[in-house]
Amino acid sequence: MTADSPALSESASAAGDSPAPPPIEVDDLSVSFGDVPVVSGVDLGVERGSLVGLVGPNGAGKTTVLRAIKGTLSPDTGTVRLDGDPTTALSARETGRRVASVPQETTLGFDFRVRQIVEMGRTPHLGRFDGHGPDDERAVREAMADAGVARFADRSITEVSGGERQRVLLARALAQETPSLLLDEPTASLDVTHAVRTLELVRDLVDDGRAALAAIHDLDMAARYCDRIVVLANGGVHAAGPPETVLTATALRAAFDAEAFVGENPATGSPTVTAFDAAHPDAPTGPDASEGDAPRRVHVVGGGRPAARVVARLSAAGHVVSVGVVPEGDTAAGVAVDAARGAEADGGDAEASARVVTAPPFAPVPPEREAEAVALAREADVTVAAGGVGGDERDARGGSGVNAAVLAASDRVVHVGTDGDARAAVRGIEPDADGQ
Amino acid sequence: MSAWGRSAAWSAALTAALVAVVVVSAAIGPVRIPPVEVVKAVLNALVVPSGIETTSQGTGALMLPSVTLAYQSPFAFPVDDVHQQIVVGVRLPRILMAALVGFALAAAGTVMQGFFRNPMADPSIIGVSSGAAAGAVAFIVFPVALSATLTLPVVGAVDVGLSYGAGVSLFAFVGAVIAAFGVYAIATRHGRTPVATLLLAGVAVQTFLGAVISYLQLQAGESLRRIVAWLMGHLSGAGWSDVGVTAVVVPPLFVVLLVYARDLNVLLLGEEEARGLGIAVERTKRILLGAAALITAAGVAFAGVIGFVGLIVPHMVRLVVGPDHRVLLPNAALAGGSFLVAADTVARAGSTELPVGIITAAVGAPFFVYLLVTREVHEL
Repeated sequence: MTADSPALSESASAAGDSPAPPPIEVDDLSVSFGDVPVVSGVDLGVERGSLVGLVGPNGAGKTTVLRAIKGTLSPDTGTVRLDGDPTTALSARETGRRVASVPQETTLGFDFRVRQIVEMGRTPHLGRFDGHGPDDERAVREAMADAGVARFADRSITEVSGGERQRVLLARALAQETPSLLLDEPTASLDVTHAVRTLELVRDLVDDGRAALAAIHDLDMAARYCDRIVVLANGGVHAAGPPETVLTATALRAAFDAEAFVGENPATGSPTVTAFDAAHPDAPTGPDASEGDAPRRVHVVGGGRPAARVVARLSAAGHVVSVGVVPEGDTAAGVAVDAARGAEADGGDAEASARVVTAPPFAPVPPEREAEAVALAREADVTVAAGGVGGDERDARGGSGVNAAVLAASDRVVHVGTDGDARAAVRGIEPDADGQ
Repeated sequence: MSAWGRSAAWSAALTAALVAVVVVSAAIGPVRIPPVEVVKAVLNALVVPSGIETTSQGTGALMLPSVTLAYQSPFAFPVDDVHQQIVVGVRLPRILMAALVGFALAAAGTVMQGFFRNPMADPSIIGVSSGAAAGAVAFIVFPVALSATLTLPVVGAVDVGLSYGAGVSLFAFVGAVIAAFGVYAIATRHGRTPVATLLLAGVAVQTFLGAVISYLQLQAGESLRRIVAWLMGHLSGAGWSDVGVTAVVVPPLFVVLLVYARDLNVLLLGEEEARGLGIAVERTKRILLGAAALITAAGVAFAGVIGFVGLIVPHMVRLVVGPDHRVLLPNAALAGGSFLVAADTVARAGSTELPVGIITAAVGAPFFVYLLVTREVHEL
């Protein structure tokens, strides 16, 4: 593996400090275009064997940070070190041996064949008139096989699809055989199979000891594959850490200015992020808006998917949500637990997980559970009856006496239909929604 | 086969083609000479050094040994004296000049097309041709005597002078270099030269120099005819001394371009990508641009503005050998040499001699249209 090459350990010992410097180390980086600051005070490091995801809204400076690392932008202040050496002290060739990048897009006007493009990845390793040696041949062959481009190696680059082209660029970066990899939206134009395959490949490379830094828009993918996530927003690092601690509703709301529900993907166990448009885009901004944006205590009555949608949406909007009484294993209960876990990770109420009141299904609701739910509804600012619960018909049949009791204990009730119109729920709980 | 190996194989074939074109061209003219006799005449004219003669002679305080190389001609085929004189004294210098100019322009065109990532670029794109034209026209309108008597310490008084034709070439060369440097200086900010800015600066300088040339033509009077001939591009009147100077200037510059052929490939991916792949982008651009401008200047300084060679020849060769500059550059250059020799042969074969620029444009423009119609043109 390149990461263990003698040259690298040599430079490590030359640096004199503890074991080996990290492959990528960014210290207090500030970059501006003209007078417009893009990022300032960015610190981040990527260790060997670690995949770090760079997420953030458009224009947050993700690509700028990547460009500063590969040396195509000179920072105003701060330093970028590759294997311990500042990029300013490295020649282009030396940089090209330490870090390879997969660009977001590229212009390839002349019709080189795919193989020729991948072979260009060997450029930093070759002398001016060197032909390709066995090492180069092997690197190119392996890179093409790994990136899945060997099948069309002899096609012209102008004839392959956008997704194939992106994999060709990945193959070129792999052929560089550098200890560090930078990826700018590596999955942006890939179908779901190739997106996963690409990130699995990067994961494998990282597990073999490389360091990788990837700007990723897809937060679910970032959460699933990255060891650490760095959230860039408002010109700096907004949050950094493992996905579970960084990808939280609160952090995402602040960074992306969007309402997000963070749950757990049942298939992978990694956090999964669902973003919503802000519920009231027309709401006035400024001091007057503060009351409407203030988090409220909301109790949700009703179960199943309609209630689950309402819970997710309200949690995403920052409200503190309780649920009950619902059958054990109910979808709404699961969502509420996820939301509570997120709130906990944000440093919120540790008791939040207790705010879901469940009862065994197909059996009468135990009285103590009913009392718990009634208490939660009583302390809530608003109670939302989701999925048609509490409607006249049901009440007349007396089919949900417990729900009726909970609703009766509430100061204010908002009804949401069976279609689970979660937006309506969010609008409905606003203080001035019914003239209060 | 490796790229360089493939390049060498193609180059061998195209060199053979160039030799054949040269021989056939030398056979064509008012006096028809069989190609076999052309070859014999050329071989007769070859000389190889056979030894060194030293004679002790000198003037003044120092007795400097005078060293002269003795030459001998290895071949002595029986060739008609008139034919010998026509081939070696008249046709060959012109043909070799055509080959060198075509070689230089096609090489420069190949580099510019790669440099600007645009297959429609040509060597004159950064103002080299306009600068050369302005320099040449200025000299034609206001000829200055380029002669002086220098007094050197040891040798004594030496007369240094340039003929009228050499003066035109010198001014053209200097004009070309100044124009190219001006374009470069305009387009460079903080040590960076964006390609798009360079292109636009080239257009601006060309437009300005066009105005200068037009004004000078108005002032030209008697010499207008000469100006028109120069601007149309010509190879008539090429002598061995012109060939000698061009042959000294062009090959080293070509070698520089060839050395950077792989860097040029990587530059085609975009400058940022090239930087990521270990290319010192700005330095490489400066070297490529400088060498391409100089080699173009050397080409047009003597022959005037000959269009389309630098545009269509690289394009045609790219269709055959692909975009890898390690293969493309030498072969486009060789093909350019053959193309211009052939075009000049057509120009002088008729009853009235035409400026070769007319022939290249007449052949080149339809080909250009053909490219536009049949091939996808990227990134225009």
